[in-house]
Amino acid sequence: MDAPAQKIVATGTDESTGYDSFRLGGFTFARDEYFAHIGWPKGSHIIEIDRFLRAMVRDIGWGFFYGWIFFDDIFGTTNHYGTVDIFAGSYDAGYKAQGIDHLETFPAEVVAEAFTTISKNWISEGYDPLNAPLETGTPIGPKGKEKEGELLRSFIAADRMLGLPGDKVVRTEADGFSINRAFADMDFDQPEIECEPGFEGQLHAINLFDHIARSDITWNPSISAVTRGNICCVTSEEHMLPVIHGNDRNEWFIQLTDEIHWNIADKNTGAPRGRVVMKAGDVCAMPADIRHQGFAPKRSMLMVLENGTPGLEKRYASGELKPYPVDFG
Amino acid sequence: MAYKTKTGSLESYEKGVIELNDDLRKYAFSNIYEVAGKSAPFERVAVVQNLEYVAEAVRVEGDGPWYAAPHDEFAIVMDGEVTFRFIKLADDQVPGHEGGAVQLGGEPNGPRMGKVVARKGHQVLLPHGAAYQLSAASPAVALVQTVDGPVTVKRWTEICETN
Repeated sequence: MDAPAQKIVATGTDESTGYDSFRLGGFTFARDEYFAHIGWPKGSHIIEIDRFLRAMVRDIGWGFFYGWIFFDDIFGTTNHYGTVDIFAGSYDAGYKAQGIDHLETFPAEVVAEAFTTISKNWISEGYDPLNAPLETGTPIGPKGKEKEGELLRSFIAADRMLGLPGDKVVRTEADGFSINRAFADMDFDQPEIECEPGFEGQLHAINLFDHIARSDITWNPSISAVTRGNICCVTSEEHMLPVIHGNDRNEWFIQLTDEIHWNIADKNTGAPRGRVVMKAGDVCAMPADIRHQGFAPKRSMLMVLENGTPGLEKRYASGELKPYPVDFG
Repeated sequence: MAYKTKTGSLESYEKGVIELNDDLRKYAFSNIYEVAGKSAPFERVAVVQNLEYVAEAVRVEGDGPWYAAPHDEFAIVMDGEVTFRFIKLADDQVPGHEGGAVQLGGEPNGPRMGKVVARKGHQVLLPHGAAYQLSAASPAVALVQTVDGPVTVKRWTEICETN
């Protein structure tokens, strides 16, 4: 048996569909017209191709995000901030009981390169997995011309605040970002800033709703403001979060407009715990011991507050920190 | 298809639901408009706590006290119109405590930097090195991203859904 490859390797091209197959370590990846097929030494798994590509492209763009990214209940990645686990069945009671689960750890850049290679080969023109389903074509069918351009764009991360000189810019019409159809009914004005002589440029404000409404992608947060490790992320959400997120720390959601339905499950077993429906103005913590998936019937605006303090994941994993954020006293 | 975007306000909001086979306190589910609606003007009530970091829901009504913090803070106006006035602090006036806003005894001495008038959806920088005051002619709501500090009010049992 060959030693597991530590870089992604193309293993062949399907003559009928035109798609390449790949191997990374003990994992194999292939696709047909409808599905992605993932294999490992003791098992295999199938994921609908739209969901697989939507998850994979976001996983790359987020830099594997915080903690666990479940493409579905079986397959996904865990970020260790430098290395990344790829797992299959490792957090599913049935796979664990049968001993057919599989997990391998790779350098993060190896996984990023692998997922980028797969995505580029499996995504054709006319389909953008970062767009809402109503705003893009379909990934099903045989391979067409590979999509070019900003397919794998990642999120915007302000260093201090969006729009400050030298920092990341807010989205504008002039830069090609139009108000999304779902927010066309809103009025967008700008804050009025009046600086006294000598203090020009020292006061700053933006229309954050305008920035969010101009996002051309969904479920892909951008950082708008940073207070030390207190990170404000904003994002527009439509249809379903194409991953199930299990955070390695507590995080908070603030619903800015409309509503999102969140399914909540135990992080380690996937056992359902229930649901949270968040409407405009609602605030809800997502504890560190759950996995969650959101469903947005209409495009909505969501704010996420993350604690980006380095090393926090180890303090939660060791039990030093409680997996929930508030002590009611 | 024409879409209708739903936002909230002090006068009109619809709270969601939390249905979980779990201790609901772990989720600290609340609503900014409900919290601000039951708060005294300028109480800074924590609705988010991430270890040392918080977000505070503030009912803005009339002229508020002056605050300063040893770091940047940010405010998002969630309802109404809020005027933010700023005064530049000398180095020895900048608070040196660990974090969070501190309420000043009155308008500090120092040059006026200017003001920002912000409405729903606007995000405002409350910069390190400046004192600031929030004012609103009619009741308004702001959400302040900051550090848990001397003026942070906590009443989780009152504001959150529990089993």
